[in-house]
Amino acid sequence: MAEPTIRTLRSPLGRVRGLGSAKGGTHHWWMQRVTSIALLPLTIWLIFSLARMPDSTWQEATAWIGRPFNAVLLLAFLAAAFHHAANGLQEVIEDYVRGEMARVGTLLAVKGVCALLWIASTLAVLRIAI
Amino acid sequence: MATFTLPKNSTIGEGKTYRAPAGAKNVKSFKIYRWDPDAGANPRTDTYEIDLDQCGPMVLDALIKIKNEVDTTLTFRRSCREGICGSCAMNIDGLNHLACLKPIEEVKGDVRISPLPHMPVVKDLVPDLSQIYAQLRSIEPWLKSETPPPPDGERLQSKEERAKLDGLWECILCFCCSTACPSYWWNGDRYLGPAVLLQAYRWISDSRDEATGERLDALEDPFKLYRCHTIMNCTRTCPKGLNPAQAIGEIKKLMVERQG
Repeated sequence: MAEPTIRTLRSPLGRVRGLGSAKGGTHHWWMQRVTSIALLPLTIWLIFSLARMPDSTWQEATAWIGRPFNAVLLLAFLAAAFHHAANGLQEVIEDYVRGEMARVGTLLAVKGVCALLWIASTLAVLRIAI
Repeated sequence: MATFTLPKNSTIGEGKTYRAPAGAKNVKSFKIYRWDPDAGANPRTDTYEIDLDQCGPMVLDALIKIKNEVDTTLTFRRSCREGICGSCAMNIDGLNHLACLKPIEEVKGDVRISPLPHMPVVKDLVPDLSQIYAQLRSIEPWLKSETPPPPDGERLQSKEERAKLDGLWECILCFCCSTACPSYWWNGDRYLGPAVLLQAYRWISDSRDEATGERLDALEDPFKLYRCHTIMNCTRTCPKGLNPAQAIGEIKKLMVERQG
């Protein structure tokens, strides 16, 4: 039979203690809850609003976005949605991506994409509303 | 990426079949995972046909009967045979359970038995638990108090304080829950898993313990604690009817609470 490969002689306790506690993660977990609760009413509002104007023209749509009430809620929706998306994707990456380099790389890429999309969509709303 | 398929030398083949004695009327097949580290072969599933009229009611009774009367090479852990030592934890019919507490008649069809999932196998149904024992040791599961005990007696608790430990002290450390947890499968080297987190909460919620803050500090980590995604396999599989998922939820609530 093949010889077992021993990669480390460090004790099991030494290995599981590893680098110790990161003293973090609570903010991430809490914001995931907060953004999901915030997204509940915001998403319902957005779906109902969009459902009520299927045939609206470009002028009507921009006028709707331009109303301060709608613009504020849209900006809040975009902030919560992209924060929540980045937050959730981070969980998935930490669960499944192996290797320090691969994990940090994917995390930065995903967060970068989410941030750019958030900035772009926010800018679009602001240009119409202001 | 996390590994979702078995490596080639771990794929399970078909093994031997041990027929029931002639004349047996109440026969049930036990399909048991077998792997011998000295044989150099892939794992296999052996089938043992057991006459239930000549066997005790629990899965452990059948395993002991097989070892005594059919195949002495079958290897498994057992001790108390009454659900208190946690030794005979294994995967029975797709769910982790204690073999001594699982009635054979509850299993429809063949009884499929394999070791606790996603742990290194020592032999047959015996998993290597050294990592999970080290994780238990790492949360320091003992009373930590700077105040000395009263010279004339034990440290006292009110009835309410003692009641907080109910649902926690009953854990027998069989690790059915941790080895049923996908988060523990993928990140067991860093995630502590439900069994160890339930033990951590047992000491966090002990009114006599004075190290609550230190204990929370040690757990506040994206991997040690927050790999729990409330999948709830732990609570579903616990042979003692405990709720590790709730204990983990309580730890998370305390983490938020202390941030003010």
